[in-house]
Amino acid sequence: MDGAVSDVAKRQDRSPVPSSFDYAPAPEARDLVRLEPRYGLFVGGEWVEPRSGEYETSVSPATEEPLAEFASANAEDVDVAVKTARDAFENGWSDLAPGERAKYLYRIARLLQERSREFAVLESLDGGKPIKESRDVDLPLAAAHFFYYAGWADKLEYAFPNRNPRPLGVAAQVIPWNFPLLMLSWKIAPALATGNTVVLKPAETTPLSALLFCDVLRQAGLPPGVVNIVTGDGRAGAALVKHPDVDKVAFTGSTEVGKEIQRAIAGSGKKLTLELGGKAANVIFDDAALDQAVEGVINGIYFNQGHVCCAGSRLLVQESIQEQLIAKLKRRMGTLRVGDPLDKNTDVGAINSREQLEKIRELVASGEEEGAEIYQPPCRLPEKGWFFPPTVFTSVAQSYRIAQEEIFGPVLSVLTFRTPDEAVEKANNTAYGLSAGVWTEKGSRILSMAQRLRAGVVWANTFNRFDPASPFGGYKESGFGREGGLHGLEPYVRFDE
Amino acid sequence: MTNRLPVAKTYKLYVDGKFPRSESGRTYEVEGANVARASRKDLRDAVRAARKALPGWASLTAYNRGQVLYRAAEMLEGRRAEFTELVGDEAEVTAAVDRWIWYAGWADKLAQVLGASNPVAGPYFNFTIPEPVGVVGLVAPEESPLDGLVARLAPAIVGGNTAVVLASERRPLAAVTLAEVLATSDVPGGVVNVLTGRKDELSPVLAGHMDVNALDLVGADGDRTELERLAADNVKRVVRSGEGQSPWHAAAYLEMKTVWHPIGV
Repeated sequence: MDGAVSDVAKRQDRSPVPSSFDYAPAPEARDLVRLEPRYGLFVGGEWVEPRSGEYETSVSPATEEPLAEFASANAEDVDVAVKTARDAFENGWSDLAPGERAKYLYRIARLLQERSREFAVLESLDGGKPIKESRDVDLPLAAAHFFYYAGWADKLEYAFPNRNPRPLGVAAQVIPWNFPLLMLSWKIAPALATGNTVVLKPAETTPLSALLFCDVLRQAGLPPGVVNIVTGDGRAGAALVKHPDVDKVAFTGSTEVGKEIQRAIAGSGKKLTLELGGKAANVIFDDAALDQAVEGVINGIYFNQGHVCCAGSRLLVQESIQEQLIAKLKRRMGTLRVGDPLDKNTDVGAINSREQLEKIRELVASGEEEGAEIYQPPCRLPEKGWFFPPTVFTSVAQSYRIAQEEIFGPVLSVLTFRTPDEAVEKANNTAYGLSAGVWTEKGSRILSMAQRLRAGVVWANTFNRFDPASPFGGYKESGFGREGGLHGLEPYVRFDE
Repeated sequence: MTNRLPVAKTYKLYVDGKFPRSESGRTYEVEGANVARASRKDLRDAVRAARKALPGWASLTAYNRGQVLYRAAEMLEGRRAEFTELVGDEAEVTAAVDRWIWYAGWADKLAQVLGASNPVAGPYFNFTIPEPVGVVGLVAPEESPLDGLVARLAPAIVGGNTAVVLASERRPLAAVTLAEVLATSDVPGGVVNVLTGRKDELSPVLAGHMDVNALDLVGADGDRTELERLAADNVKRVVRSGEGQSPWHAAAYLEMKTVWHPIGV
């Protein structure tokens, strides 16, 4: 893949791009974030040395500089964490008056709001996402998620009338690297609101915001052992979900690992929710408001460098407007600013890891080999760090890997259709079913498409909207169970009916 | 006195609205009859029929689907005597008919009880509605051959799913007779498919089938670990428990879809 950079230069369209301004650097201050040189595991409300004795280093994907060391838990560490969570569940947390549980969650929500800039900077440092996204999306949504579920804690009998909802026990939660703190909040908030205790494993490339979150728990005065954070790699995650004393498993990540988890816990009786991969179709009809649609497409695939399970990675455009739309899209791509995640003007930040960058490059190369036409706007990528330019493929056939596989990068594949039936057929022609988009000014068509698209979330004339009150989750091999909203409570309760 | 020789019934499979023998030509003797012993090929045919019937059944209006299911209960009621003889317990037959009607009435109420309008923090209208998950593979309980089956089947199909049923192996006659009820009501062919035969032969094929979306193991005896493991190949929704009757049993076979649209002028 060494030739990739020069290939990029060759294939770039050098036609003048209008409305490209030069922006002076506008870096967000880093000094708000004070990292320890080394973090242990957060178990029982304390930092403990891992029994494994092993540590890994988290690096900034934008500069490749080491940020901090974190513990790499082994099965024994996981066992201690689960026992601690069990103890906290049996001795206090599950008996606590629900209104008191609510107050802890409200405290956490407020603390996240108060310390939001610190968390936002750390999230961009450790994960590579643009500061304007971590500041305006990840942090507000994470705090809102705790606030929303705080209110449910003492109202569960109204969420489940006549069903006597009870907590499950210990929840094992494994989260990905694309929205580290937000995914943590999606997991922890409903689990605590329903009276469970938690052992959570953050992703190995982005553990730092979860470790800083432990300081929020300290400030909130959460009883020890109610939330335990165990860092490490896939082995720690496997030990956690397989632990016999875990009652609930919640996983967000790849479909491949999701299937492994479903197999691994088969027959155990553990309650399981899986939020897995996606290959969302964004369907644009010829009567759509094209400029708005282009904004939606850009947001759909280049938001968070395309590291989004519900990203609109397949653009399905009606044939009659294909040329016009692609021209607008390329022009808009030319205004995207790729670079330093901590710069407030940056639209597309760093690719989360070297491994992920290699995967994106490999799939992009396959797209070219299979015969799709590639376009990347002229842009200078930083010399250090892991970056990939916004990319669009046209002339894509449904069978191409770039139309079937989740790339999890800033790469869009364009396909065309003539009739609504064809659009539905192509949109649903995937093993995934997480999200979909539809763009048209015709109301009846919106509702008909929304009905026929096999996906858990359908965005009509918008894309990539999230809210704690809105259930999120997939159809088919995108997983099962819902996070968010009233429906996000059910995965964390059992019923004494 | 002359004893009239009764006409014995041939108990066959129910696939795609028809009553074929097993393509394998096999039968097994049970409950005084030679019952078809379905093969893996029969099972795959049944899944194909269920998939084919899905769009039509799922897109009926909820009101219409409720009426079709109510009609099936009317047919069931008319055969009470026959079912009582088969299962040997009138109370079970009564329970099955009443249960079927109870679920039929849920068709046009599920979305109101299970769905939601979500107050998101922005200018968007946002709602959540239940939709059918697709083809449900259902391992019927061995005991309670009629009501036990109805308790799993009715909630599976009321929300718009289609089903492939593995009937009770030891007591399959009630399931085949229920298929006759469905065939003579307005339930379209392929919505419910009933296979008889050896569960240990058929269950793993059903659990691992890539075109089955959900797997009901409530009635499965013994260790279900291997079936659950096979179900993971295409991330099947696995239903493992469900006592009594409840709209939440129907919810176990439904997907929740959330739709966003901006509010503006």
